[in-house]
Amino acid sequence: MAVGKEIRTKMGSVRNTQKITSAMQMVAASKMRKAQDRMQQGKPYARMIRNVIGHIANSNPNVGHEYMTVRDIKRVGYIVVTTDRGLCGGLNVNLFKRVMADIKRFQQEGVSVCVCPIGIKGTAFFKSRDVEVSATISHVGDTPAVADLIGGVKNMFDAYDRGDLDRVYVVYNHFINAMTQKPEIEQLLPLEAVEDETTRYNWDYVYEPSADELLSELVTRYIETQVYQAVIENNACEQSARMLAMKNATDNAGDLIKSLQLKYNKARQAAITQELSEIVGGAAAV
Amino acid sequence: MAMTVRCDIVSAEQQIFSGLVEMVVATAQEGEIGVLPGHTPLLTRLKPGHIRVTKQHGVEELFYVSSGYLEVQPHHISVLADTALRADDIDEQAAKAAVQKARDTLASSEPTDADYNRMTLQLTLAMAQLQVARDVKRMK
Repeated sequence: MAVGKEIRTKMGSVRNTQKITSAMQMVAASKMRKAQDRMQQGKPYARMIRNVIGHIANSNPNVGHEYMTVRDIKRVGYIVVTTDRGLCGGLNVNLFKRVMADIKRFQQEGVSVCVCPIGIKGTAFFKSRDVEVSATISHVGDTPAVADLIGGVKNMFDAYDRGDLDRVYVVYNHFINAMTQKPEIEQLLPLEAVEDETTRYNWDYVYEPSADELLSELVTRYIETQVYQAVIENNACEQSARMLAMKNATDNAGDLIKSLQLKYNKARQAAITQELSEIVGGAAAV
Repeated sequence: MAMTVRCDIVSAEQQIFSGLVEMVVATAQEGEIGVLPGHTPLLTRLKPGHIRVTKQHGVEELFYVSSGYLEVQPHHISVLADTALRADDIDEQAAKAAVQKARDTLASSEPTDADYNRMTLQLTLAMAQLQVARDVKRMK
């Protein structure tokens, strides 16, 4: 019977899509677990070095270090961590909204802005915006090497050293749980102080060896850790967002198939009824 | 009871120790230092070697760190290690093999500069590990 041919074809194609989305969901789920483990591993170190850096910012060194002096803002830099691939719900869009709002605010105050996107999505986004892109990094993968990341963002910190940039931020998605991710903007340079008992007194470290040497080493390490951790965390977010998006897509495809099936059954029944009534009508006429 | 201070030891991969301690001994850049509660703020680089913490009631624990930084605040001691191991987790066989391999490479005719640097580094790391492993045995 040739009834509902289009409906059946459509059902077939929806079913195929559903297979793909459910496969992607499972892939994302298993990747998410690994990504989350990686994120958890690096967390203690990142948190601790942030604390130490915060203490350093609170100290009162004899040598004024350029990383600690807060300059007037004339130009700021953003390192925007995004994903390489799409199909992960509103993850990137929410991040862009957040960072664009920040950038607009700076631009209205007459501060110039430059960005360094990490990930293909960020590169594509900023290409079509009225924002200067200083460098781009993409294809970092699930297990990025620190060297790959640092090579690209280094020019930002060089610019800061030269005084061309007065603030450097890193923007990434903060992993709250598998269902929720929140875009986060964190200040890398100048170093931000933490509020604790070290704020209250006027003190300085005893440095071994020299303060200059140690500080620049530690700050480099700090920046590496923070950028790396941001990328790793964003990756965990990407996988969980994709898992959720693909789960929704799979569920929606299921609903669609159900309603198409109903439509198809109705059409078939209508055709049978019509044929029957035609036969009955024909017999009555004879 | 003796005075205590909070101490955290983290490596790039994990948090390896966290708790109250009476004393921390570490191999710093300029030599071995012991840190007691209420120490003046100090920031120093660590050399490959051991970290000995004396926990409450005098219980000692030994760690190996490859390199890193030590931050001392009067009420908090943080160790930021590149890699850290509990002394009991040190693989002595592997360390001995590494020492042997490094010595062989160095003894072989004309190693390149890059090789030389890498091997001396590995030699220092492995020897430090062995030293810590020996120390922990003596402690027991």
